[in-house]
Amino acid sequence: MERELRLMKGNEAVAEAAIRAGADGYFGYPITPQSEILEYLMEARPYQTTGMVVLQAESEIAAINMVYGGAACGKRVMTTSSSPGISLKQEGITYIAGAELPCLIVNVVRGGPGLGTIQPAQSDYFQAVKGGGHGDYHLIVLAPASVQEMADFVGLGFDLAFRYRNPVMILSDGAIGQMMEKVYLSPQKERSKKVPEWATTGKPPTRERNIITSLDLDPKAQEVFNQKLIAKYDEIREKEVRYEEFQCQDAEYLLVAYGTSARVCQKAVQLARVEGLRVGLLRPITLFPFPTARIRELAGQVKGMMSVEMSAGQMVEDVMLAANGKVPVVHFGRMGGIVTTPDEVVENLKLKIMKV
Amino acid sequence: MAEITGIKEIIRPENLVYKRTKVMTDNILSYCPGCGHGTVHRILAEIIDEEGLQSETIGVSPVGCAVLMYNFLDIDCQEAAHGRAPAVATGIKRLLPDKFVFTYQGDGDLAAIGTAETIHACNRGENILMIFINNGIYGMTGGQMAPTTIPGMRSSTSPYGRDVKIMGNPLKMTDIVATLPGTYYVTRQSVHTPANVRRTKKAMRKAVQYQKLNRGACFIEIVSNCPSGWKMTPVESNKWMEENMIPFYPLGDLKTPPEEPASNLKPEAK
Amino acid sequence: MAKVRGSIVVDIEKCKGCEVCMVSCPTGTIAMAGEVNSKGYNYAWPANPDLCIGCANCAMVCPDGVITVYKTKI
Repeated sequence: MERELRLMKGNEAVAEAAIRAGADGYFGYPITPQSEILEYLMEARPYQTTGMVVLQAESEIAAINMVYGGAACGKRVMTTSSSPGISLKQEGITYIAGAELPCLIVNVVRGGPGLGTIQPAQSDYFQAVKGGGHGDYHLIVLAPASVQEMADFVGLGFDLAFRYRNPVMILSDGAIGQMMEKVYLSPQKERSKKVPEWATTGKPPTRERNIITSLDLDPKAQEVFNQKLIAKYDEIREKEVRYEEFQCQDAEYLLVAYGTSARVCQKAVQLARVEGLRVGLLRPITLFPFPTARIRELAGQVKGMMSVEMSAGQMVEDVMLAANGKVPVVHFGRMGGIVTTPDEVVENLKLKIMKV
Repeated sequence: MAEITGIKEIIRPENLVYKRTKVMTDNILSYCPGCGHGTVHRILAEIIDEEGLQSETIGVSPVGCAVLMYNFLDIDCQEAAHGRAPAVATGIKRLLPDKFVFTYQGDGDLAAIGTAETIHACNRGENILMIFINNGIYGMTGGQMAPTTIPGMRSSTSPYGRDVKIMGNPLKMTDIVATLPGTYYVTRQSVHTPANVRRTKKAMRKAVQYQKLNRGACFIEIVSNCPSGWKMTPVESNKWMEENMIPFYPLGDLKTPPEEPASNLKPEAK
Repeated sequence: MAKVRGSIVVDIEKCKGCEVCMVSCPTGTIAMAGEVNSKGYNYAWPANPDLCIGCANCAMVCPDGVITVYKTKI
């Protein structure tokens, strides 16, 4: 079947892609700048067509716990929110990670801390990549840089979530959520009838009961479980790193940026090249796992790196760890919901790294 | 005569009138001696067994003393975060509407941290059964004051008795949910005497039937004891409960559904 | 006249000696044993087995589900 071309907002693309990916359920709560997702789904009424459940919960906390319940039944379920709402979901997310449940969470990030602003930001990197909730765990984090990727990462996210029995987060931002672009939509997939062997669906006489929990009162057993999680995260690090390079081959200076900032940096690379500066861009597509090995490799080639983020500097720490002191690594970013301009990026690259 | 009435003659399979249901696992219950939790677990397991629901049931256990419920009931189970069981159960029931879904929660879980989830699941009319164990105390964490601790009642965080002027009033959650349009059957029972156990079991059986008919949320509060938390013997705690808790939380139906046509109901199981 | 005779079997190791069965027994069949089980509980036992009518009240209220009940008419 042919892919359908449409002009859509990033948020709408997530909603439509969820239906088409054969999602079983969506549980959400309104918050700017991502409310279009729930609105779109309620208008589309997939419960009348594919049978996908759509429910507006009483809070973000309830929504993520509905996801827990549905995911534990082996279903493809998801929730979406924006920064303050994602903070509320963190309890549920750590339980989901601890119970090893697959699900999809979309964060259309806005500026913080606190209520912050409703404008786009990338200041939830630490929360998404380093844990967010309590305990030792990781989400698989995908960072879309276009409306197309907002759509594509829904299906990819579900696939990764089920492959690793791990929650997946799409870390977007208010700019990508709200912008309109053309998007090729995949054909409608049928909802999966497969029931994972661990799912709670009622205990038939043919198997032992299935228990979904994140509790283990025996420290030895808990540590064994922690080690199992570590092994899983190592496998994800080994197999699932995704990134994109732009003019890195001859680069003397490297920009590292994801999502909206990566789009800005792509333009910045072009501007710098016009001036004869050999600048390249590495765009992490997965933030966990992080493209550490490739950045380490590039640290042997370039004279310096600049992490460009709409934050006070969060991903820059992972870039520094990857560069491991071989070259200077600095951060440049705007905050408060302000999107960096390409000129600013070039200017700061010169100032902070080239020292010109 | 002596031969017939000998104990060996009585203990025969054909004379069996009561035995532990196979829906209970062989694990020794983690509850303190005399705790009502075990009795409620057993009644619930018996209902699941008698109604043939073992392969259709998904339970949600809380944070609290019943956190390990899944070790004692031989059914598929999910462990929810503190207070979130009604939301978890909503997710389950929406995705698997033909299954029998219940939550099992204590007073701290259901009536304090999970108040919003409880009220909204009830108000949406989720087709789930919520079992609410009210013993007026946080048993698992060592006997702190609960949202349902009655005025004057002692706990480790109300050591001189609950002073409502300082600590606020106990919350009658069951009375609240009975007013919501989404609840279908709301009742308050206990399990401290054989007659009360029988009534609780009857209430649970009704709730199972109503869930099959998609009637909405069913809510069964069970006023129970906490011998360890109350610092009493089990028998004393049941007496104290009768004299103090039950007058404050009177037993009986708070919301009775209209009579179901006989054709809707399965004949009573044996 | 038909008379009912009952008997109970207690799973001694699982009994926690809470005495709730004892006070629920209408005939005074049950008492707590002087000995303890491996957990240290004085377990319930049918001290007066001839009095048992097999009503199952004890099993109904037993929080640990340790009592099995038999009944026959004589």
